[in-house]
Amino acid sequence: MEIAAKTQLEGINSKALAKGRRKEGRLFFNLALPSLIIIMIVVFIPVFWLSSLSFFDRAGDLSWVNYDRIFQGQLYIKTFIVTLKISFIVLFFCILLGYPLCYWLSQLPDRIAGILIVFVLLPFWTSVLVRTYAWLVILQRNGIINDTLISIGWIDEPLQLAHNLTGTVIGMVHILLPFFILPLFASMRSIDTNFIRAAISLGSTPRGAFWRIFFIMSLPGFFAGTVLVFILALGTYVTPALLGGGKIQMLAQRIDSTIMLYSNWGAASALGVVLLILAFATIWVFNRAFGIDKLFMR
Amino acid sequence: MSNIDHENQKSLPISIKSLSKSYGDVHALEDVSLDIKAGEFITLLGPSGSGKTTLLMTLAGFVSPDQGSIYFGQQEMTMTPPHMRGLGMVFQNYALFPFMSVAENVGYPLRVRSMSKADQKKKIDASLEMVQLGGYGERRIHQLSGGQMQRVALARAMVFEPKIILMDEPLSALDKKLREHMQIELKALHQKLEATIVYVTHDQREALTMSDRIAVINNGRLVQVDAPKALYDQPKDLFVADFIGESVLLQLENSTNSLMLRGQPLKMTNPMPNGVDPYCLVIRPELLVMSNSKDDTVNDLSGIVSASVYQGESVLVMVDLGNDTKISVRLPANKSHNSNNIPEVGKQINLGLHAEDVIIVAGKV
Repeated sequence: MEIAAKTQLEGINSKALAKGRRKEGRLFFNLALPSLIIIMIVVFIPVFWLSSLSFFDRAGDLSWVNYDRIFQGQLYIKTFIVTLKISFIVLFFCILLGYPLCYWLSQLPDRIAGILIVFVLLPFWTSVLVRTYAWLVILQRNGIINDTLISIGWIDEPLQLAHNLTGTVIGMVHILLPFFILPLFASMRSIDTNFIRAAISLGSTPRGAFWRIFFIMSLPGFFAGTVLVFILALGTYVTPALLGGGKIQMLAQRIDSTIMLYSNWGAASALGVVLLILAFATIWVFNRAFGIDKLFMR
Repeated sequence: MSNIDHENQKSLPISIKSLSKSYGDVHALEDVSLDIKAGEFITLLGPSGSGKTTLLMTLAGFVSPDQGSIYFGQQEMTMTPPHMRGLGMVFQNYALFPFMSVAENVGYPLRVRSMSKADQKKKIDASLEMVQLGGYGERRIHQLSGGQMQRVALARAMVFEPKIILMDEPLSALDKKLREHMQIELKALHQKLEATIVYVTHDQREALTMSDRIAVINNGRLVQVDAPKALYDQPKDLFVADFIGESVLLQLENSTNSLMLRGQPLKMTNPMPNGVDPYCLVIRPELLVMSNSKDDTVNDLSGIVSASVYQGESVLVMVDLGNDTKISVRLPANKSHNSNNIPEVGKQINLGLHAEDVIIVAGKV
């Protein structure tokens, strides 16, 4: 547009028209300006400031001491491994439960799918804390599940469902599943049935058409959901703290205790920076793995 | 997969027997029977919601009928799943896979059939050549124009040499000029392929241009199946007369052993139907002529010009016959002949319909 404006500088009304276009551009920028400023103040500056803390020791001198501690301390390495392990397990179950559900939803008539997607969103109406305590009620030693199973005689001893990895994963999958379903559903919904019909008419079995066409075309949403769930899982705090019963230490909890117990801001900040890098690395790796940029190029 | 009788032929006949399908209270198809010859280009023509697409999808196997049977050649296909029917299919919006190149799209049916890479390449190239897209194999789908996408869709549907090709309004997304060009090309392609083609459209002109035969469908029923000329010249009922061409229907009065047009006995070369059923005169705008002669062979349809529309190659003149009856006449726009003589709005125009051009259908308007 810029080039066109320059070459036609002498045309009738060209200056006034170009001015009008510039004014329009400025208007849109001005509309976005308040939120840009707020984001700068409440997100970028604090994050930058907090991250910078990790490069100073307690005396206030520049040093790598905080990072050295992370990579030499067995405790921290273990926390990273646990965090990654739980995030992958949660992601696995989100995919396992979410993909078939989404596929079913995407094949329903508009009206019914719209109603059912409201049920997917329903958990968002209550806080994570409330939902996590609800799981505690359900999963604990004398909870609904154990009571029921014992009363019908399937088990003699209550199962250890809460205060461990199982409980943490169940709670996290429940909380994160909608974040996987929503982008995937949108992606699947936009796949025209005619693509599948075309593949089948050309000789694909329905199963073949699903994998060769539908699955591949759902990958952008699959990717978005996967990244969302994994990154949110990396930073989860409440659910492992309550349902893990103190046995599960994920990264966010470690950051919390570093500040609350030891008030070591530098060390906590270093953990935060590593978490941030992990999140970015995840997006990069997933992007490479799925070759998403190719799919978006329509 | 195909029958032994037709193993070496390039096309298969289709036989549809009393096919019905309803969605709730809506009868999408009602007792449809149709025999399509091997190698025929047949068009299913009807307004939207008439059931023509349902019929096509039933042939493809994507819609399961409530009753009836479908045969390809000697083999019954009613229960056969769609991927076993061996049909080529072209969809309205092309349905080209956006994440594959042109060659990968065209090669899809060959890959599914596990053909060797070398044979695949040969077939893909030949097929793209056929639709005049040789050398386009490496292009991405989003780099193509509408017309090119249409050709790729065609190439993909015919690359595995299906004996029957189904087409669901394949040209409806193209602009008028390209559409008319593609109609001619499709017809030529059909001659080369020799496959049986079942084509769905709501555009009567497209149907007339391309088809060997046209099956007119309305409200889920087959109304008339005929060659284009027969359909145009001898519509079977009011719906066909109205749907094909830009016709105006004029109610005729019954009198003893003759039909009356505006108080005069109707002159016609075809035998006059006897009986007392109501009949309508079908007036095609291009069949009316300007004339002053009160000839024995010409029916008088003179009236007052109410509007005239210049349409480039012709002029469409709206004529008021009185009694709230309006007809239109299409006159060639050549200056030497007609256009200088067309009366102004509000003036009398003398029009006639030759006895041999008279088309009547049973029914009341």
